[in-house]
Amino acid sequence: MDFTLQVWRQDSPDKEGRFEVYRATNISSDMSFIEMLDSLNIELEQKGDTPVSYECDCLEGICGTCSLMINGRAHGPGACTTTCQLHMRSFQDGETIVIEPFRAKSFPVIKDLIVNRSAFDRIIQAGGFVTVRTGSAPDGNAIPISKIDADLAMDAAQCIGCGACVASCKNSSAMLFTAAKVSHLSYIPQGQPERMERAKKMIEQMDEEGFGACTNQAECEAVCPKGISIKFIARMNRDFIRSSF
Amino acid sequence: MNLDAKIPSGPLESKWTNHKFSSKLINPANKRKFSVIVVGTGLAGASASATLSELGYQVDTFCFHDSPRRAHSIAAQGGINAAKNYQNDGDSIHRLFYDTIKGGDFRAREANVYRLAEVSVNIIDQCVAQGVPFAREYGGQLANRSFGGAQVSRTFYARGQTGQQLLLGAYSALSKQIAAGAVRMHTRHEMLDLILVDGKARGIVTRNLVSGKLKTHMADVVVLATGGYSNVFYLSTNAKGCNVTATYRAHKRGAAFANPCYTQIHPTSIPPHGDKQAKLTLMSESLRNDGRIWVPKAVGDKRDANNIPEAERDYFLERKYPSYGNLAPRDIASRSAKEVCDEGRGVGPIGVGVYLDFRDSIKRLGHETIKQRYGNLLDMYRLITAENPYEEPMRIYPAPHYTMGGLWVDYNLMSTIPGLFVIGEANFSDHGANRLGASALMQGLADGYFVLPSTISNYLANEKLSKVPDDSPEALGVLREKQDEVNKLLAIKGKKSADVFHRELGKIMWDKCGMARNEQGLKEALKKIPELREEFWSNVSVSGSNEGLNQAIERAGRVADFLEYGELMCLDALTRTESCGGHFREESQTEEGEAKRDDQNFAFVSAWEYKGKNTAPVLHKEPLNFENVKLAERSYK
Repeated sequence: MDFTLQVWRQDSPDKEGRFEVYRATNISSDMSFIEMLDSLNIELEQKGDTPVSYECDCLEGICGTCSLMINGRAHGPGACTTTCQLHMRSFQDGETIVIEPFRAKSFPVIKDLIVNRSAFDRIIQAGGFVTVRTGSAPDGNAIPISKIDADLAMDAAQCIGCGACVASCKNSSAMLFTAAKVSHLSYIPQGQPERMERAKKMIEQMDEEGFGACTNQAECEAVCPKGISIKFIARMNRDFIRSSF
Repeated sequence: MNLDAKIPSGPLESKWTNHKFSSKLINPANKRKFSVIVVGTGLAGASASATLSELGYQVDTFCFHDSPRRAHSIAAQGGINAAKNYQNDGDSIHRLFYDTIKGGDFRAREANVYRLAEVSVNIIDQCVAQGVPFAREYGGQLANRSFGGAQVSRTFYARGQTGQQLLLGAYSALSKQIAAGAVRMHTRHEMLDLILVDGKARGIVTRNLVSGKLKTHMADVVVLATGGYSNVFYLSTNAKGCNVTATYRAHKRGAAFANPCYTQIHPTSIPPHGDKQAKLTLMSESLRNDGRIWVPKAVGDKRDANNIPEAERDYFLERKYPSYGNLAPRDIASRSAKEVCDEGRGVGPIGVGVYLDFRDSIKRLGHETIKQRYGNLLDMYRLITAENPYEEPMRIYPAPHYTMGGLWVDYNLMSTIPGLFVIGEANFSDHGANRLGASALMQGLADGYFVLPSTISNYLANEKLSKVPDDSPEALGVLREKQDEVNKLLAIKGKKSADVFHRELGKIMWDKCGMARNEQGLKEALKKIPELREEFWSNVSVSGSNEGLNQAIERAGRVADFLEYGELMCLDALTRTESCGGHFREESQTEEGEAKRDDQNFAFVSAWEYKGKNTAPVLHKEPLNFENVKLAERSYK
C-alpha cells in the first residue's frame, strides 16, 4: 500500500509549526501505524534528514505513551484502540493521512508530534492514591470486596493515561481521566476515608492546569482506548458535591 | 574481584528475620541526611522510591519516559504469585520457594529465593491496601488462577492487566510521596553513566531528553531499577525503549554482570509476520490454563485448523508432559514449539507458529466464562491479527521476553561496586536459569517494598560517607566523557540508521544465541558482532544536533551498548557448555532431547568483570550451595 502523509512538524514549543508532506510506499496492510512511521523515519535518517518525533513504547496498547490525531480522530479510526494497535489495513490504499499531535492548552507541544502530558501526573499527585505506608497493610482478605464492586473499580482503573479524552474534547476537559481514578478508588473500601476530599482536590488541580469543563458531549468516551464510560464523570460529580457538605 | 554473597548464617527459614535484626538502623531524625538516587520507575523502582522516602531518605528518582507510570512493568498481563494458600491446596512459603528453585533449574541462591517466597504474602496485602482491584470471588475474597510450573493456584490477578494495576498502585504511592515533597521526580531523563568516588557509587550522569543537556547528580547511594535486556534481540515482547544502557555502563565501571546468557523465551506471543515488524506481542501465559496447544500430526498439513479432525492433532505438551500438560514451564513449552516447527508441522502463513485452542474450554465452561477470564487478551489478538479466537484457534510462537541475567548482587542486593544497589529484572538474583510465570512482578515488588529499604539502611549506617558536590572532579570527568561520546555519534554522519544496525544485531542474536545454542554458532556470532559494531561506529546516521529533543541520539546510544553487550552474552553462552533452564546448548541434551544440566561443573553463577575496550572480560564464579533442596533432574513429566 502507498500513502500520502501530512505530518505536523514543529521544532520546539515556541516555534511555529507547519504540515510537511511525505510519501509512505510499500506498506504492508499488517503493519501497525507506528511501524509505518518507523519506516518513514528510517528513510529520512538514511537521507540525513531529521526524523519525525513521536512517542510510543509498549506497542500493545497499555502504557499510554502513544498519541496522535489521525485524520482528526484521537488514535485514529476504530473503537477502543491506541495508535500503536492501529493497523494499516484500516486505511485505503492511496489515502492521504493527516497526522497531528494531541492538541490542548494544557498539553503543550514539545516537538513535532510529542506533547507534554505531565499535567496528568500532577492531577494524580493531588489525591489519586490511598494514603498507606509500606508495611502497614492488614491481610488481603481481611476486608471482603464484592465482586461487583471490584469489577466496577477495575472498569475505571484500566485508564492508561494517554490523554485522548482531552484531545478530542472541544473544551479540552480532563474529566474522564480524573473521574476514572476518583471512581476506581470510590468503589472499594480502602478508598473511602479520603473519598470526598480526593474528588475535591483532584478537580481543583484539574482546573488549575487549565483543562476545561465537561459539557456532556461524550467525545472522550468515543475515543477512549479502554472504553471508559462517562458514567464515572457523573459519579465523580456526586462525590465533588458531597465534598462541600 | 570479591564475590561474597553475604548470605546470613542459620536455618533457611530464619535467615531474613535474623538478618533484619542484626542490620544497623538509622534513627528517624537522621534518615533525612541521606540521599538516594533511584533510576527507573517500574515496579521495583517506583516501589523502592516510595518506600525509601516514607522512611525519611531524600530520594531523587529518574525515568526516561514522560511519566513514571509508563515503565514496562505496565504490560505484564497474567498475575503475581504469593504463597497465601487461600485455596487450601497445599501451598506454603516452602512450596513457592521449591517451585521457584526448581523452575530456575537449580541455578539460583536458596537464601534469596526463600526470602522472596517469604515476603510474597506481604506484597498482596500492600497492594490491596493501595486499592489495587484484584479479581474477587463472589463472597468478596481474593481469586486465584494457576500458572506454569506450579501445581497449586497461587496467582493473583486483575483481569489480563495485573502489571498495569500493580504499577499504577506503586505509581500512586510514588505520587503521594512526590506531592509530599519527599521524592524529586525527574522525568524524561536518561542515565548515561555511573559516577564513582573513592570506589563507591555516588552519582549518575543524565541526559535531559527535552533539552539535550547533560548533568551530574550526586547522592550517598545509587539504585538501578532499569529492567532487562531482551531488546538485544531487536524483536522481543519488551517495549521499544527498554535497553541495557544503565546496567551495561555500570558494568563498565566495575559492576560484575551475572549470567548474561540466561534469557527467557516466552512460549505464547503472536507469531512474526514480516521484516518491518517493530516488536512481538505477548499473549499472557495464563491462556495456557484453558487453551490447549497443538499442531497437525502430519508434516505440511495446510488445512484450516477447524477442518483437522481430533485424531490428526498432536497435543504435544499434553503428550510429552502428562502431569503438567499445557502448563509446562516456559522454556520447555517454547522449545517444544520450536521442535514441532522445525519438523515442518508449524502452522500459519510462514509455518512459524502452533495453535492455542479454546474450543474445548468454551464447550466445557461456556463462551461467557472464557470471555470473563481472557476477554481483553482475546480482543487484543483479534485486533492485531484480524482473526476471531473464539471461533478458530489462536496462533502463537515463542518470543524473547525476560532476562534472568543481570548485574550481580549479594544478599543485600548490592553489586560489586559498593553503594550501587540493583533491583528487579536488572539484577540476576532470584530466578536462576528460568523464571516462572507471575514471578517477575513478585520479585520487583519484593525488592522495592521490602528487601532494599532494609538492606540500604544497613549500608548507610555502616559507611562514613562525606558529601560530594555535583561539580567534583570525578563527576566532571565522567560528564566530559559522556559529552564526547554524544558528539562522536553526531560526527559520524554515516548512511545507516541505528535501527537497521539493531535489527541486524537482533538477527544474529536470535539465530545464534536464541532458543538453542551451539559452539559453532556462538563462535560465528562472536566474529560477526565486532564487525557490525565497527561498521556502526563508522557508518551510523545520527541526524540533528544535541540541542533539544533528538530521538536519533537516544536510539543510537542504546544500540551502541547492545552491540557490546551481545558479545558478552554469546561469550557467557559459549562458556556454559551445559544446558539449564532458558539456556539450551545443543551439545548437552538427553536422548529424548531434554536439557541436560551438569551440576558437577556448572553449579555456579557466572559473574563477568569488564577489563577494558580491547581486553576479554574475566569470568568469576560464585559457587551455588544447596543445603535445603536436592538437586534433581527438572522433570515435568
